[in-house]
Amino acid sequence: MPKILNIVETAYRATIEEQDDTVLWLTHMLKNAGADISVLLRANAVNYAVKGQDASGLAFGETKMTHPPEIGKGVEKMIQKGVPVYLVEQDVDERGLSDADFVSGIKKVKREALPELIDQHDQVWHW
Amino acid sequence: MASEKTLTIAIMDAPYESANSTSALRIINAALEKGHNVNVFAYEGAVNLTMRAQQPHPNPVKGTSVEQEQHPTTKDWVASLFKLASTKDVKLDWVNCGLCVDERGAGDWIEGPRRGGPKDFLDASMASDATLVIPTK
Repeated sequence: MPKILNIVETAYRATIEEQDDTVLWLTHMLKNAGADISVLLRANAVNYAVKGQDASGLAFGETKMTHPPEIGKGVEKMIQKGVPVYLVEQDVDERGLSDADFVSGIKKVKREALPELIDQHDQVWHW
Repeated sequence: MASEKTLTIAIMDAPYESANSTSALRIINAALEKGHNVNVFAYEGAVNLTMRAQQPHPNPVKGTSVEQEQHPTTKDWVASLFKLASTKDVKLDWVNCGLCVDERGAGDWIEGPRRGGPKDFLDASMASDATLVIPTK
């Protein structure tokens, strides 16, 4: 099975939809379907790996979102499922985040090391 | 003549909202013209590209009628891509993400596309010579 690297750059895209984040959800589905897949979070999307995010409480009129997105938990579940999740280290630092902010199991990678990471994969999908 | 090469392309943008859709259609058109097979995975808002109920309208700013405008909607373009694939004797396999369709009430589409899911995208990618994703930014 060829190795796929999903690079996610756009953060909190379509999270009002049931799938939460569209590409992380897709990654879960592809992993379930047998894909050998990894995820690289870059730019604002590094925030996806922050633990303790709470998006609850959204309501318009009488209509409430009772199952809000749980992006951090989704990332953690993905890691537990065997999907390597990488974060660009400089993007983390530029946003004032530290290791203690993240769910367990993430891997930080420096920008300079991205070509090597990309080279380890057969297909690279930049979302 | 068919090249036996296959391109898989994933698209996400809703019709008309950005040049991403136009770029995707250009790439699909060019690949078919060159005799390549094309798999399309229409994800998220891109499932609206093929909705049967799309209708053109007059342009009051230009003062033109709908007949004068003859402006194609995206479903017309996709229909033409299927016709082009048939003419070139190559395959255009257009999959609309079923869950995305359901959330958008976009289940009534033109002849050609089929309902599917992420596994269809994975299978198509693994069997293709190249995969391109064009996401919404």
